[in-house]
Amino acid sequence: MDIQLKRGLLDVCVLAAIKDKETYGYQIIKDVKPFIEMSESTLYTILKRLETAGMLKVRTAEHGGRLRKYYKITGQGLRKIEEFKREWKEIMSVYRFVTKEDEANG
Amino acid sequence: MDKEAFLQKLRQGLAGLPEEDIAERLLFYSEMIDDRKEDGITEQQAVDEIGSAEDVIAQIMSEIPLPRLVMERVKPKRTLRIWEIVLLVLGFPVWLPLLLSLAAVVLSAYVVIWAAALSLWAVDLSAAGFSVSLVVYAAVFIAKSSFLQGLAFFGAGLAFAGAAILLFIGCGYATKGLFVLTKEIIIKIKLSFVKRVK
Repeated sequence: MDIQLKRGLLDVCVLAAIKDKETYGYQIIKDVKPFIEMSESTLYTILKRLETAGMLKVRTAEHGGRLRKYYKITGQGLRKIEEFKREWKEIMSVYRFVTKEDEANG
Repeated sequence: MDKEAFLQKLRQGLAGLPEEDIAERLLFYSEMIDDRKEDGITEQQAVDEIGSAEDVIAQIMSEIPLPRLVMERVKPKRTLRIWEIVLLVLGFPVWLPLLLSLAAVVLSAYVVIWAAALSLWAVDLSAAGFSVSLVVYAAVFIAKSSFLQGLAFFGAGLAFAGAAILLFIGCGYATKGLFVLTKEIIIKIKLSFVKRVK
């Protein structure tokens, strides 16, 4: 997959993983695993980038006698997801146009 | 490898980055390993799942911009004394050309690599162009004078077209190879800024 495209997809995947509830790093990795490959260092970079862009907020809380970081989506993060959905609707309609002949031929 | 050894290795590999940056990354990996353990696997397995420390270091390095590494490397660890500042300013005619020539060396290495790729493509393009003109020649010969001579030109044209196609595939692989090579060189350069001789 194109690097630029994958980067954009990973950003939105992480946002989607924290959309409904505040969650932590390993949970995000597990949630996106069935859909896209993401290593720990990639996740770290994405979380940093999204935090800098104001799309998520980080909070450190105690868990089982140690500290764990929790990530929560912001309004800006939610808007990013909506923007992604709109863009991909367009892309999907182009996809259907491109594959129209394939379907007709069987 | 257990968690402590893994984090220790990471710390050594990342030495040279800003201290708070290293601490934050170590906390992140430590949390990742602990959370995996909580899922019911051993510490050993958890560390294995994260991958080798070398791979993790290489990936982190590839994501950090080179200028930031250089800045961190040349930043003095204490405030400079007056005479050091005076020396730095007076030494300007010495260190500026040195710095510029270092930048020029890096830039020319880049240019050489990409010129090599470009020249390969140029050879391919000329082979393709030559084959087209040979075929045109062949048509002219066949129409105006000798059929056999025309046929010979046509054959040569086809041969060059075949060579151009093969070269095209070769050029594709060579360009891809050069791209990977430059990426590896950049990581090496970055690591050289991070590895401190003890």
